[in-house]
Amino acid sequence: MSDVTMTNQTQAQKLDSVAARKARIMGGILIALALLVIFVLHVVPGESATFRLTTRRDAIQIPDLVVPGAFNYVAAALLAFLGVRQFLQGGARWTSLSLGVGLAILVMAFLVWATAGKAFNLTSMLQAAVLASVPIALGGLAGVMSERVAVVNIAIEGMLLAGAFAGALIGSLLGGWIGLVAAILVGGSFGLLLAVLVVTFRMDQIIAGVVINLFVLGVTSYVSSQVFSEYRFLNNAKVFRQWEIPFLSDIPVLGPMLFDQNLFVYGAFILVGIATYYLFYTKNGLRARAVGEHPRAADTLGVDVYVTRYVHVTIAGMVAGFGGAFFTLGNVGRFEENMTNGRGYIGLAAMIFGRWHPVGALSAALIFGFADSIQRKLALLNTPIPSEFLAMAPYIATIIVVAGLVGRSRPPAADGKPYVKE
Amino acid sequence: MSEHKDLKSVNEKMRSLMARTTHGRDDFEDLVIVPLFAVVVALVFGALIMLATAVDIPTIGRSFVALAVGSVGSLSAWSETLTAAVPLVLAGLGLGLGFRAGLFNIGAEGQLLMGGLAAVIAGFSLDFLPMVIHLPLTLLIGAAVGAGYAAIAGILKATTGAHEVISTIMLNLISFELLNWLLRQPWIQREGRSDPISKSVPDSARLPQLLDWISPNFRLHAGVFVMLLAVAFIWWLLFRSKVGFAFRTSGENPSAANYAGMKASLVIVLAMATAGALAGLAGAAQITGVLGRASPGFSAGIGFDAIAVALLGRSHPVGILFAGILFGGLEAGGRQMQVDAGVSIDLIGIIQALIIVFIAAPLLVRAIFPWGFRRSSKKEDAA
Repeated sequence: MSDVTMTNQTQAQKLDSVAARKARIMGGILIALALLVIFVLHVVPGESATFRLTTRRDAIQIPDLVVPGAFNYVAAALLAFLGVRQFLQGGARWTSLSLGVGLAILVMAFLVWATAGKAFNLTSMLQAAVLASVPIALGGLAGVMSERVAVVNIAIEGMLLAGAFAGALIGSLLGGWIGLVAAILVGGSFGLLLAVLVVTFRMDQIIAGVVINLFVLGVTSYVSSQVFSEYRFLNNAKVFRQWEIPFLSDIPVLGPMLFDQNLFVYGAFILVGIATYYLFYTKNGLRARAVGEHPRAADTLGVDVYVTRYVHVTIAGMVAGFGGAFFTLGNVGRFEENMTNGRGYIGLAAMIFGRWHPVGALSAALIFGFADSIQRKLALLNTPIPSEFLAMAPYIATIIVVAGLVGRSRPPAADGKPYVKE
Repeated sequence: MSEHKDLKSVNEKMRSLMARTTHGRDDFEDLVIVPLFAVVVALVFGALIMLATAVDIPTIGRSFVALAVGSVGSLSAWSETLTAAVPLVLAGLGLGLGFRAGLFNIGAEGQLLMGGLAAVIAGFSLDFLPMVIHLPLTLLIGAAVGAGYAAIAGILKATTGAHEVISTIMLNLISFELLNWLLRQPWIQREGRSDPISKSVPDSARLPQLLDWISPNFRLHAGVFVMLLAVAFIWWLLFRSKVGFAFRTSGENPSAANYAGMKASLVIVLAMATAGALAGLAGAAQITGVLGRASPGFSAGIGFDAIAVALLGRSHPVGILFAGILFGGLEAGGRQMQVDAGVSIDLIGIIQALIIVFIAAPLLVRAIFPWGFRRSSKKEDAA
């Protein structure tokens, strides 16, 4: 008996020391960021950055936001304060918050430094950020749907690519709406395939996902080099245009961001809402989560574990297929080899960051989309930073997020384990 | 009673895997029949996909003939097959070792790029050294840089629990950008070129060509011996050394490894670093044996194909050797197929993916070909 309490105590101490060490590391990182802002993101005194918030065509005009270069000294001081506080106190409870606030300050300082002496349209960047986050959010949502029933879904990347491909092909032949339906169905069929492989044939879930990704990449690349290169009309779909929502789209900054976008943006927000309601406020959602946490208990209570997993993984595939169609029907109208380029994996990271919750995944996706659009827009501003390093930013952000927060978010208990009915 | 039986069968399986001298019928089925069926079914599916994309039947026939001739039909075909197999086997060994230790490393592509680039830099900057030192040193530097790059993901997993699948994929994407940037730096970029391409590796750091006395077109290089040495070394490491035992135990039963006093975080970092060293060596061998210089994307997806090679070889060094030669043959034959029959080489990617599906889900192969597995199904009935 005393042995057990002893181990519990030592374990608790160990956990404490791990948390404290992590907090100190984060403090060190914040102090390093403060130094970075002072020495690297140094703005020539007297110069200021101009951020445009409205364009001349907008109904409501608001003046430009002019930030003096001295802002960066304030930013560095704030970062240093957060870092020192974190380092000395090691307050585990505030670690994530400090890191989040610190990164936000860093981004602001960076923008001021990059735009110093120039003008920059902030609203159009935010609009692009929302657009860039759509496939990541839908990929993350697909991850939530399948991991909540304990199926690890590495295949999101392949499902996105398959959706993009089907959208382009069918969209070119039969029009955008049928192309969209085809993308959803093709994504769903890959979800079904994943379910067959991992639920019925109990294949290793990660291997099954990787295989689906390789297979989809192979098929789509093969068809696009074998067929599309010869018959170009098969790969020339009409793009869904932006739908302006009256009145709401006239709100400065928020209007263009949220209410002057295309079908996929609205679709992503609506799907996240539906998924949240379904998973956390309905009977079937509760059953699905039970299957993810403790399949044996769910089975005992009469929930069919296999059917639940089949249904949810297939739905996850459909969501990812819809997200994939964004690449072709919502963006360029043309399929290119491997055009998803790792977005599915970033979606997975968004799911982890978002703690396996649809709204969390969407918020994380918005952050990734922001990083992505910053690097695109900054390439136009002629900063001294090479474009390759800007392009790395979202990937580095993903690693930091996965490393920094994974301990604080918990996957469904049975995640990744096949279930064998007794 | 049944537990006892399970333990016995596991023991038997392990012993036969290690000794590979006495195969029971089960091992024969798992190690020979399943892969054989997998390859055949994948080829049939490949033909169906060609049919579906309006390739006519004589062309399909010609493309399969080209696939066979281009992979094993002549001395030059064998030379191409083995040349393609060298980096696949090297990187595959690393990934297989990771799988044994319970790590799913998808980062071989990035580790291979970083290792290859390091080999290029070592190659052109240390050109004052004699070949006996220069060549091994170049390969070692490539391996060391690959190991370091992989260790990032290992350390992240060991200290924070970040899942290696996501971190290695992100490290791959980062390495592509890093390579593009480095190739434009004046100390790496070839003089007088505006496109991103590195200086050439001098002859003193090149792996010698083996068959150029027959025809200069034969690209087979001494990397094939490096590959065989690596297979032997990894076999020893996994099945005869203490470290390898720790790797395998951590992969199969982490809590047992913990109780036996093995340091989980150390094992993770070591296994990742060893895997990265092999991937880096694969990149260095590709640079010093075939390419001679680095350009964007010179890895050409070898790191991803190596995942398939490791799975197909069941994470066993000897299995990976054969799987790598098979995939090298598909690669070489695929090029021939593209030239002779005009069928895109991307078809090979589909065939490779299908092979892994059937390998990784033996139940699926058993469901498709019940007659191939009479004995084992009877045994299951009896049990």
